[in-house]
Amino acid sequence: MIYLQLFFEFFKVGLFSVGGGMATIPFLQDLGARTGWFSPADLADMIAVSESTPGPIGVNMSTYVGFTCAGVPGAIIGVLGLVTPSVIVILIVAGFLKKFRDNQVVEGVFSGLRPASTALITAAGWSVALIALFRQVELLTTEGITRTVPYLPAILIAAVVFACMNIPALKKVHPILYIVVAAVIGAVLQL
Amino acid sequence: MNIYLDLFWTFAKIGAFTFGGGAAMLPILQQEIVDKKGWCSEEELTDYYAIGQCTPGIIAVNTATFVGVKQKGNLGGVVATLGVVFPSVVIITIIAAFLRNFAGIPAVQHAFVGIRAAVVALIASSVLKLTKTTVKDAPSALIFLVVVLLSVFDKPLEAAFPAVSFLFSPVVYVLLAGCAGLAVTAAKGGLKK
Repeated sequence: MIYLQLFFEFFKVGLFSVGGGMATIPFLQDLGARTGWFSPADLADMIAVSESTPGPIGVNMSTYVGFTCAGVPGAIIGVLGLVTPSVIVILIVAGFLKKFRDNQVVEGVFSGLRPASTALITAAGWSVALIALFRQVELLTTEGITRTVPYLPAILIAAVVFACMNIPALKKVHPILYIVVAAVIGAVLQL
Repeated sequence: MNIYLDLFWTFAKIGAFTFGGGAAMLPILQQEIVDKKGWCSEEELTDYYAIGQCTPGIIAVNTATFVGVKQKGNLGGVVATLGVVFPSVVIITIIAAFLRNFAGIPAVQHAFVGIRAAVVALIASSVLKLTKTTVKDAPSALIFLVVVLLSVFDKPLEAAFPAVSFLFSPVVYVLLAGCAGLAVTAAKGGLKK
């Protein structure tokens, strides 16, 4: 029964990949090798597509793998399998938090978690910035050796969006609008 | 609008415009969930992220479940989760069926150069906003700084200390920061009762 197996396999991926969507990749590699449902080359294509489409990368990957294995039902079952463990765990944690919200020990723990959480988001933003604002170029003098250089058009877009986000009069502009406009600029100017 | 429909629709919108990881979702969450709907506060959002870092599953999904549960109990959590994954399922299925070469289309690649640049700016202003509520005193500033440095330099640190490379992970940072927060609160006498 492929659907049951798909659900179970993705349930395992969801249960063991702690953190971001990229954490699912090693588990998917293992899944492909064990079941033969897809090859490492397929997986590389899936990663490329998942990174160039909206949505959490882990969810995109699971949809793609599920679809490749068993069509549309496979895609849906793969995603349901992936999210089931985290939904169960969060329901339990949320119930616990509701009960102990005003507990001083919990308050103390959270006073340390909040700056750490902000720091992790900052670091994630930093790694996106490294990819988004820099480019690998091949040196003219020595072939085959690349250098990382700042990519000015991307830096300009980032600077303009950042400035707009922090102008009080533009507070109401939805972040989605900036993403759409930046996509159009990128496509039209062939950045 | 029915609250369940609202939860589904709002999170579907967030899922449809998240490009990249959980951090890329934050600006839209702040705007939609905190500012517009008032479903949770900025502090709660950082709590959800922190917990999402050390629980199984994808952070975007964990956060959606949290907000949904807070709004409408367990069913709300499930509905919000289904909402956040819905656009992915539709878009990827279409691409997998008809456009296997999607990532190789030049216009897509160019558009993504623009999108990624905008996402960097969006994350930067979200972080700036977050620090105002989460980094308020010397201990929290110290925790923030240490975790930023550990995360940015995780690869060189792992290379330098291969025997304990497993320590350089967000899970460990979050757990240690929780302990530090508790210790600081205790030292200030906040645990008297």
